[in-house]
Amino acid sequence: MDWDLALILLVDGLANGSVYLLAGIGLVLIFSVTRVLFVPFGDIAAFAALTLAAFEAGRLPATVGMVATLAALATLAETWRLLRIGEHRRLGRALVGWGLLPLLPCAVAWGVVESQAPGWLQILATLLLVLPIIPLVARLTLQPIADASVLVLLMVSLVLHFLLSGLGLLFFGAEGSRTKPLTSLNWEVVAGFTVGGQTLLMVAAALLLSALFYLAFEYTVIGKALRATAVNRVGARLVGIRPAQTALLAYCGASLLAGLIGVLVAPTTTMYYDSGFIIGLRAFIAAIIGALTSYPLTAVGALAVGIFESFASFWSGALKDAIVFGLLIPVLILRSYMALHVDDEIEELDE
Amino acid sequence: MSAMLEITDLHVAYGRVEAVRGVSLSLQPGQIVSVIGPNGAGKTTLMAAAMGLLPSTGSLRFEGEDLRRLDVEARVERGMCLVPEGRELFGTMSVQDNLLLGAYTRHRRGAPKQALSSVFERFPRLAERRRQRASTLSGGERQMLALGRALMAMPRLLLLDEPSLGLAPLIVRDILHIVRDLRAEGVSILLVEQNARAALEISDHGYVLETGEVVVAGPSATLANDPRVQAIYLGGDPETD
Repeated sequence: MDWDLALILLVDGLANGSVYLLAGIGLVLIFSVTRVLFVPFGDIAAFAALTLAAFEAGRLPATVGMVATLAALATLAETWRLLRIGEHRRLGRALVGWGLLPLLPCAVAWGVVESQAPGWLQILATLLLVLPIIPLVARLTLQPIADASVLVLLMVSLVLHFLLSGLGLLFFGAEGSRTKPLTSLNWEVVAGFTVGGQTLLMVAAALLLSALFYLAFEYTVIGKALRATAVNRVGARLVGIRPAQTALLAYCGASLLAGLIGVLVAPTTTMYYDSGFIIGLRAFIAAIIGALTSYPLTAVGALAVGIFESFASFWSGALKDAIVFGLLIPVLILRSYMALHVDDEIEELDE
Repeated sequence: MSAMLEITDLHVAYGRVEAVRGVSLSLQPGQIVSVIGPNGAGKTTLMAAAMGLLPSTGSLRFEGEDLRRLDVEARVERGMCLVPEGRELFGTMSVQDNLLLGAYTRHRRGAPKQALSSVFERFPRLAERRRQRASTLSGGERQMLALGRALMAMPRLLLLDEPSLGLAPLIVRDILHIVRDLRAEGVSILLVEQNARAALEISDHGYVLETGEVVVAGPSATLANDPRVQAIYLGGDPETD
């Protein structure tokens, strides 16, 4: 292999890695705050891609129906819960929050289709439309069992993946689609070696969002409340942080990330209703490298997975996935080795 | 005068095992009320139930309001604050962030900055270590941080669970001094302590809890002279501390 090729593979890997980075942040965000390994994360990204494709074709995306159905179910669930505990006064707020608020993006979507809005508005409408999906799905399925064990939550989340992927087939159909490139610019780094604008956009989006998340976690009260819930749930409750509220925030953040991933990936690969799963799985490797808690390590893991994947597909396309997932074995061995040592340190501190 | 905290016939069970069996307790505004008793008497369970961390039956009222409809967070918003036995700090976050989060319920009303400087005044050690992670603090400092975090919420009723547990005698004295100062500033305190002598010394009223029931109750001075309490909790010679 010569250097040119290696460079191309590296850039390609970084672009993939950026997507896994965004997905990894989403997974760690949800897991650290709610202890849920959110398996269907990639499915939501695929829905975003298909939503944007529908906008480009001038159709009203099926996502509208999906969001409206979920919102109706969530409103029913919330109404039932409030009636049962006798909190009639909060019914109005629940109706607005769970029923009306998710319908706003649907109205925006309709407006975008009717007015044949330009591309950037379509992207905005896509992000808005995907935003309520994870919070609504979580309200219906995960919130009622928020105190269950990690294993139970994982099983529910796994089932959710199959359910959502089925719903994806029902709403979007089996046909795949690809969206218009976001940019047609190319950047010639050195003579004979150009980097596509799309690649740059992916890397830039990943960098910008990681920076934004970092700043939010370090310097805002909400960000600190999210971290506090992740570190110590009881402690968080004792200072008045409601886990259900931080969970809702985490789900919203993850939904936004899933939407962005869909928009970024859709122009480079043909997306089907079930294409998201593999993106989610690769992001899991990144998240596991970060022990599902550390954002910086997840970022490193995500870029490593991306680069590994790109080189692996060059060496052996057929074994690509085996090689990438094989990465887990040394990582897990290393992690369990390191975990032993961390425990030692903690014991020493306590004494 | 209506009681600040009124607990009537409280029962708390872990599965089939009842840890608190029909406890009644009342605390007037401005009082320090101590709950003493041996290990496993249900003191911590009582505190957790009062704060809403554990489900309970019986009546719980704070400033006349029925607490049973309110979750933990709503009780914090009403002005109650628990400093639990396990401290429950945010270990990987800085001392200052721990404190700032203590004022979480008051952020919309502003001015956590002022509360922060008053906590730093009270605990200069925390000010020195404000950038350190909470998990790197010593036992005494952790207790100060837990107390400081609770004070950030400006509570009217502070529930202190074993503030002296595992601490050196000198630090225990500091902490108990602070508890007394807080009362002087108008904070009412429900204090659970194993160090019965110290608890009765600073409190107005005391309850002795054994296997989930109140066995003796009364003004702290009376309790301290009660022969049964003396025999079991205060040891022989009253001069040794």
